[in-house]
Amino acid sequence: MEYIIIIISAIFVNNIVLNKFLGICPFIGVSGRVETSLGMSGAVLFVMTIATLVTYLIQHYILDTLRIGFMQTITFILVIASLVQLVEIILKKVSPSLYQALGIFLPLITTNCTVLGVAIMSVQQDLNLMESIVFAIANSIGFGLALVTFAGIREHLELAEVPKALKGVPIAFIVAGLLAMAFLGFTGIV
Amino acid sequence: MNQIKNLTKGFFKENPVFVLFLGLCPTLGVTTTAINGIGMGLATTFVLLMSNLVISLMKNFIPDKVRIPSFIVIIASFVTIVELILQAYLPSLFEALGLFIPLIVVNCLVLGRAEAFASKNDLFTSIIDGFGMGLGFTFALALLGAVRELLGSGSIFGFKFINGDGILIFILSPGAFLALGYLIVMINKINRKGA
Repeated sequence: MEYIIIIISAIFVNNIVLNKFLGICPFIGVSGRVETSLGMSGAVLFVMTIATLVTYLIQHYILDTLRIGFMQTITFILVIASLVQLVEIILKKVSPSLYQALGIFLPLITTNCTVLGVAIMSVQQDLNLMESIVFAIANSIGFGLALVTFAGIREHLELAEVPKALKGVPIAFIVAGLLAMAFLGFTGIV
Repeated sequence: MNQIKNLTKGFFKENPVFVLFLGLCPTLGVTTTAINGIGMGLATTFVLLMSNLVISLMKNFIPDKVRIPSFIVIIASFVTIVELILQAYLPSLFEALGLFIPLIVVNCLVLGRAEAFASKNDLFTSIIDGFGMGLGFTFALALLGAVRELLGSGSIFGFKFINGDGILIFILSPGAFLALGYLIVMINKINRKGA
């Protein structure tokens, strides 16, 4: 039951992009086409789950044991950066087809604040190991949902007649605002 | 003359938020009030200034292949310093900014300036660049914070001048996107007139 609450809350109610404002750069940057946003979401799902698992273990068995909690930011970002490299190398060897699909998005993920954000949030909310993993998966699905929906709208937007001053990024923000308003409707279901 | 241009470019011509679209997560996340916006802006300015300084000094010692991880470690150290200082001296601001303080590490503005500017320019120019870009970022956050605070709760810098509530949606998440979208349009208009 608790897992269901975590999942619904992370995907709809507290959507990581539209409600917590994490990962806005890829949200605006790579959401031109549905296909690329699907690729990006897949890469985020992959990296975020592994990163949350690893940072959970580091937080509980290294930082807490040695009482060096203040090193959290430095440790986590280093772990995430090297993890992304590692995932890239392993993927290249083990599954070239998956690497083909996700390859170009992987380096971008290091500076995607959703990964570090979710890792820190699951520590702050005192989730246990299983809950942290569920939380990470749910958040990356929420990220994917927002990104793919937004890409779908933007594909149609290209054909629409938009005032010259609003073309490009400004209209994207306004559309994102309306999308966020729609997600606001989920408030209170859990 | 050149240095003055270098300092002021961050405000309009190359404003990190409105023109370059860097560092958008904290921009949208913390600007429910003007004060929070300024606090976040100054914290980022400090990190930007110090990391530009250190990276510019160390650019000849850092091997090219590991430059990005080295930059991230330098930036993360200064973010930790800011985090500890805020927690000790400004606990209310620390509470308000919350998750977005550690996330300065992954603010693309900081890493972007390190990579694009500080690793190629001399010490003094890099410091000026970091300071100017930081102030431009602060300006953008303060502006967005002021607009949202004014519309959303009818106050500015905490001084209330209407009775009751404002348009609540501007304090909530959709208002952040809408306000930033329209502000970008206005800044574009100003920039085009200046050119």
